[in-house]
Amino acid sequence: MGRTKAHVVGVGETKYARWGRIGDVSEHALACQAILRAVEDAGLTMDDVDGLASFAEDRNEAVFIAAELGLPALRFANMVWMPGGGGGCAAVGNAAMAVETGQAEVVVVYRSLCQGQFFRFGNAGRDAAAPPDPAPPTVQQANSLMLASLGFTMPYGLLMAAAAYALPTRRHMHLYGTTSEQLGTLALTFREHASRNPRAVMGGRPMTMDDYLASPMIADPHRLFDCCLESDGACAVVVTTAERARDLGKPPVEILASEQGAPKGYAFGPFSNANIPDDLYATGGCEEMAGRLWGKAGLGPGDVDVAQIYDHFTGCVLMQLEDFGFCKRGEGGPFIESGALAWKGGSLPTNTHGGSLSEAYIHGLNHVVEGVRSLRGESTSPVEGAEVCLVTSGACVASSAILLGRR
Amino acid sequence: MSERFFPDSMPPPLADSISLAWWRAAAEHRLVVQRCTECEHTRHPPAPVCPECRSSESEWMEVPGLGEVYTYTAVHRPIAAGQTLPFVVAVVALEGSGGLRMISNVVGVDPDEVEIGMPLEVVWEDMSEELAIPRFRPRRRPGTT
Repeated sequence: MGRTKAHVVGVGETKYARWGRIGDVSEHALACQAILRAVEDAGLTMDDVDGLASFAEDRNEAVFIAAELGLPALRFANMVWMPGGGGGCAAVGNAAMAVETGQAEVVVVYRSLCQGQFFRFGNAGRDAAAPPDPAPPTVQQANSLMLASLGFTMPYGLLMAAAAYALPTRRHMHLYGTTSEQLGTLALTFREHASRNPRAVMGGRPMTMDDYLASPMIADPHRLFDCCLESDGACAVVVTTAERARDLGKPPVEILASEQGAPKGYAFGPFSNANIPDDLYATGGCEEMAGRLWGKAGLGPGDVDVAQIYDHFTGCVLMQLEDFGFCKRGEGGPFIESGALAWKGGSLPTNTHGGSLSEAYIHGLNHVVEGVRSLRGESTSPVEGAEVCLVTSGACVASSAILLGRR
Repeated sequence: MSERFFPDSMPPPLADSISLAWWRAAAEHRLVVQRCTECEHTRHPPAPVCPECRSSESEWMEVPGLGEVYTYTAVHRPIAAGQTLPFVVAVVALEGSGGLRMISNVVGVDPDEVEIGMPLEVVWEDMSEELAIPRFRPRRRPGTT
């Protein structure tokens, strides 16, 4: 008998807090808490779980999590290579492949981030206020491919993601006349969505266009409010077979399609690659992958009722809207300005939880959680009758995306 | 020593065995790119195999040190102590390189005056006797193209 499509049957999270505000619970204890809540939400127990999946740079290794949570056996443990948040949806896709091929029956995808307990992304572990090393500056050994690649960015002070992704966004503004106010509209829209979400770190912090324009410049054109939050917290989603999903408590959400990857020569994207082909430089690098995703699902952008789009920076959302075909290339600014992304009256309600800009930055796995809730009718900004949700991970890095469906 | 733009405490280059040769050329104030000896495709940063013809044979080709701003950002957060803010990180399209670009800084100009298309020339910053970093300033000498 052929296997059918995998489903997401459970979601869960810990409390979300500002960067460094969770100091008394370890990052991996948070991961365990999120996994337990997602499994409980699914109506399952840890005795049912036989697989764990995560994505790049996860410190919370599956073998330890499996032992601590008492999995009867760890049949599938998987981590996606794509950097940063680019692999979030890919991890869900890999979990789906595992259950669809019989490699495992119930796989939990998880992400936990407590940057305050480790080092802060964007400074590579450096302290800008530290006194200089007395030894004369010299070339040092790169111990990984990634560091050898960053060897051509770090001496120029390009360390922050906010600066790296300012580069394609600035070029987009140059080519198409995209404005700061258009980027600001996007930030305001997601903040408004967060206002109804009790989990959102910025839920009680309304924002006006004046607030946005007055926020400090970080890396031109990125102001503070163009940048995602830095958060402490964890979340998880449970993936299983269609057969198992049928008998569980919550409405099952089907994984209609998943895709991952990057175009030719993309490497680490604009973060370290100045030689992305000219016709792809001012994009999210997702266009080719988006075509594969639509093709696999037999759907198109017009079929999407609600979207959860990875929002590390406002400009990266804008470029994804173009890559996924919601508007033409270069028209992301006017599309946002039209109010398309708003829960109230928008043609494509997007980031109904508030996104990484206003709910929390959990490397975008919280977007998958919200995607599931939005199809279950559990979102705090519900889209009535929603049947198809696009969730994306990454953009301007090797990326991934899934289409979720409820029939 | 050359004119200085950034403090000693800036992050040093990290190199593997392939990219070390690029930094050795830089120490001699030679701006080079890697060129495939089979198909003449150029690439940067240095890498072991040509992505076009998959040959492992390559040579270093010196470029004139001229270019223009492809895109840029003015960064308002310090990377190192004693740094002037904001500083400009740019993607520089390099003349005579077979269409390559590199990440660098634009120095010697008010960050507000930097714009896409601005003609640039290389200016070497000697960080120490062993380390020179190619940065760029608005062009003073005529271009080759």
